[in-house]
Amino acid sequence: MNVDKISSVCLTTLAATLLFASSARAMHISEGILPFNWAALWFALAVPFVALGIRRLNALAQEDLSFKPLVGLMAAVVFIISCMPVPVPTAGTCSHPCGTGLAAILVGPLVSILITAVALLIQALFLAHGGLSTWGADIVSMGVVGSFAGWLVFRGMRRMGVGLGVAGFAGGIAADWGTYLTTSVELASGIRGDEPFLPLFWKILLAFIPTQLPLGILEGAMTGGMVVLLYRKRPDLLVKMKVVKAEEVAA
Amino acid sequence: MSQGKGIRVRGSAGVWRECRSYMLALIFFLLPCAFTPSSSASSAEKWTGVDESVVEKMAREHGREAREPFINTDQGDLLLFVFLLAGAVGGFAAGYYWRMLVAEKASEKQKSSA
Repeated sequence: MNVDKISSVCLTTLAATLLFASSARAMHISEGILPFNWAALWFALAVPFVALGIRRLNALAQEDLSFKPLVGLMAAVVFIISCMPVPVPTAGTCSHPCGTGLAAILVGPLVSILITAVALLIQALFLAHGGLSTWGADIVSMGVVGSFAGWLVFRGMRRMGVGLGVAGFAGGIAADWGTYLTTSVELASGIRGDEPFLPLFWKILLAFIPTQLPLGILEGAMTGGMVVLLYRKRPDLLVKMKVVKAEEVAA
Repeated sequence: MSQGKGIRVRGSAGVWRECRSYMLALIFFLLPCAFTPSSSASSAEKWTGVDESVVEKMAREHGREAREPFINTDQGDLLLFVFLLAGAVGGFAAGYYWRMLVAEKASEKQKSSA
């Protein structure tokens, strides 16, 4: 099976999951779950990253204005992927991939955080998916940790000489699992009261595993498939976004 | 067929092959799905999101309840309308940029090489 067919199968999996997605909501922390002080702390952590994302986008757009439509497209992709509930038959529940691994690989982690913030705001405002008071916590888990985890794993593996598809697959998994790991930290620290942190953290993390383990693998396949598809169709875009070097494409 | 800087441009045979592999993959994935419980409307309640089965459940156990959203679109067919609107706008935008992303550049390359 060649790379094109693998990409086709990955995209078809995505299409199939879209077709069979149920109408349940998924992972973001809902409105009012976190106490005020914890919600404020996560906001304070998220704001500098979002500001850096705006600065990075402006800097990139000054170099090349066509970068902005690409970022707009990535924002639409992250929005759609992160509000797409995928049923997991082994767990009997559903959840959603994040899309931040793909965004971070393509446009960089800082711009990916900005994209995630916008997607989460629209979801919180109109889809009751997440909340405005928990927006900061959701940005930190899905945006900051998801983007940096995906990007660092992808870049690290590429430096070790791993192929584009495998590195993308690992990046997608890291972004997904990193997001839910952070959600567990946020939730455990916010709701524990006088209880010790660690037992509650493990309890929440273990509750996520039956759903997120297979879903993370799906996200990895989707991310790897998309990166490989772009490499086959438009390698110049990957060069422009500094995902691959020009010499690599010419070879 | 490949040309210039390693960028591949497909002929009609290549496009057909890709369509065929898409169709085969679709059949491969959709047929089993049609016979799984997830495809039936009656089993929709089974597929609770992890926000309910994990986040809200754990929070409830520790005395924190989720609040009503500030803008509640879960009224009548309002959510359907929002999805329709967002789907239409997003679909046109995505379609426009997808064409820019994968088709126009390839045809430009073809023209310039002709």
